[in-house]
Amino acid sequence: MNDSFVLPEGLPRPMPDELDGPYWDAAARDELVAQRCNACGTWQWTPEHLCHRCHSFDLEFAPVPGEARIYSWQRPHHPVHPVLAEACPYVVVLVEFPDADGIRMVGNLVAPPEGEIPIGATVDPVFEHHEAEPPYTLVHWRIRA
Amino acid sequence: MRTKRTMRGQVAVAGIGETTYYKHGQSPDAQFKLTLKAILAAAEDAGIDPCEIDGIASYADDKNPADRVAAALGMKSLRFANMVWGGGGGGGSGAIGNAAMAIHAGVADCVVVYRGLAQGQGGRFGSGAGYPGALAGSYAHTIPYGVMSPAQMFAMRTTRLMHDHGISRSTLRAISMASYHHAQNNPRAVMHGRPLDVDGYDNSRWITEPFRLFDCCLENDGAAALILVPADRAKDLKQKPAYLLGAAQGAEYRAGAGGHNNPDYATSSFKTVAPDLFAMAELGPEDVDVVQSYENFTGGVVMSLIEHGFCTYENANEVIAFDNLIAPKGKLPLNTSGGNLAECYMHGLELNIEAVRQIRGTSPNQVEGAEVAFVNSGPMVVPATNSLFGSEATL
Ligand SMILES: [Zn+2]
Repeated sequence: MNDSFVLPEGLPRPMPDELDGPYWDAAARDELVAQRCNACGTWQWTPEHLCHRCHSFDLEFAPVPGEARIYSWQRPHHPVHPVLAEACPYVVVLVEFPDADGIRMVGNLVAPPEGEIPIGATVDPVFEHHEAEPPYTLVHWRIRA
Repeated sequence: MRTKRTMRGQVAVAGIGETTYYKHGQSPDAQFKLTLKAILAAAEDAGIDPCEIDGIASYADDKNPADRVAAALGMKSLRFANMVWGGGGGGGSGAIGNAAMAIHAGVADCVVVYRGLAQGQGGRFGSGAGYPGALAGSYAHTIPYGVMSPAQMFAMRTTRLMHDHGISRSTLRAISMASYHHAQNNPRAVMHGRPLDVDGYDNSRWITEPFRLFDCCLENDGAAALILVPADRAKDLKQKPAYLLGAAQGAEYRAGAGGHNNPDYATSSFKTVAPDLFAMAELGPEDVDVVQSYENFTGGVVMSLIEHGFCTYENANEVIAFDNLIAPKGKLPLNTSGGNLAECYMHGLELNIEAVRQIRGTSPNQVEGAEVAFVNSGPMVVPATNSLFGSEATL
C-alpha cells in the first residue's frame, strides 16, 4: 500500500488486451497515447479493431495532442467495493481532448476530495505506478496550476 | 418497397401478473418459483390456459431460461424465445415490442414477457464487489478508478446535463417525491407507508454526487409478467385490452462507445428512438395521458422526458415539478404506481404493467379517462426501448 495512491489497492486492476496493450505500456513509461486511424487520422477511444469513420483496420497509437479538460465529474460517497470503505469520498473526472476528436478518458482527480470541481478546467495526466505482478499503471488527472 | 413501419394496434396486452414485491432478500420463494407465479397470475388475469402460451420474451440477461419455463408450464409448443441485448433494464419495453412483433408477424399467438429476480439468485446491478481482480476491455478504463456501480456509471451524464442546461436539484427531487407519493396509495409498493418529503430527500445521504439516496432505484425481489395476444383475440378475453400502439428500441450514433465516449454524452439514448415510437403510434407527446419513465436514476428521467418531448431543456425545471407529476390532477402524471423508486425495482416491467392498468382504469392512482399510456425503459443504456399503449378508442 502506497499512501500516495488516490484509491487503495485491491480494486480490480486493468488487464491489457490485444486492443489496449499499447496504451498501458505507454502509461508505464509516463506517456499518454490513444488510438488513431492511419488512413483518415480519426481518433477513437476506447480502442477498437476498426476505424468507425472510414472502416480501415490500419490503426496505431500516438501521443494525444492538445490539452485535456474536465468534461464531467462525480464524487462517490457510498463504498460499493469493500476496498473503498475508508476511501470515500473520492472524485472521478471525465476528461476530454478537444484536439483529438473529443475523445474522453475516465480517471480520478488528484486533489482533496471536497470542493467544487471546475468543468472546463485544463488537467494534466498523473501516472500512478503499481508494483503488482505484473505491474500496472493508472492514469489520473491534476488541475493545471 | 417497405410497407409502413408499423404494428400499431395489432397486438394487445391481455393479462398482467405480479407476485408480492419484497424488500431485497426477503422473498420466501426461489427466483424461478416467483417467475412461474407471475406467469400463472397473468394467465389467470387474461383467462388463458398457461399451456396455450407459445412464446417467451425477456431482457437484461434474465436468469429464468425460456426452456425451463416452457417445460415447467407444460407449454404445448414453443414458437418464439427471445431476449433483448443488454444487461441493464433497458429492454423491458423492448421485450414487449419483440413479443408483439412475433405475434404481428404470425410467428406466435400468445407470448409471455417476464422478469423474475431474487437476492443472490440471478445477480444484481447495484454492487461493485462481484468483479474479478483484473479486467480487460473498456471496463479496464473505468472500474479501476472506482466507477463500478450503475449509479457511478451514469452520474457523470447527469452532472453534465445539469451543467449544460441548468437542470436544478429540485427537478430531480420532484421525480423522486412523485414516485413516493404515488406509492402511498399502492398497497403493493415496497415503500407503501414510507412517505418522502422535501427534507427527507434533501437530508438523505449522497450515493455519488449528484445522486442522493432517493435519486437511486431500489433493489427488490419479485416477478412480473404480461401476456400478449392478437388484438382481435384480446377483445374476447376477460380484461379490457391495452393495445400496443407503438414500440421502438435503439440508441443514437455510437451511443455504446466505450469509456464514456458516446459523442452526445448527457442523453438517455432516446433521441432517435422517441421519434420512431411516436411515428408508429401516429401520436405525439401531447396525446399522452400518463407517463411511466424508468427511474434507474432521476437524472435519466429528466433526459427521457425531454427527449420524448414532454418538456424542453429550457422549461424542464418548470414542467418537472411535483404538482404536475401527481395523478389525478397533474398535467404530466408520472410513475403512478411508485415505479422503480418506490413500488418495486422490477427492472421496469412493473412500469409497463402500470401503463396497462391505467388503460384498464384500475390504477391505484388512476388518471381519469386515460386513453394513451407511455412507458420508457432503462434510459442511458443501449438499446433503450419504449412502448405506447392505448384503449380501443385510440385505434
Ligand atoms: Zn479511419
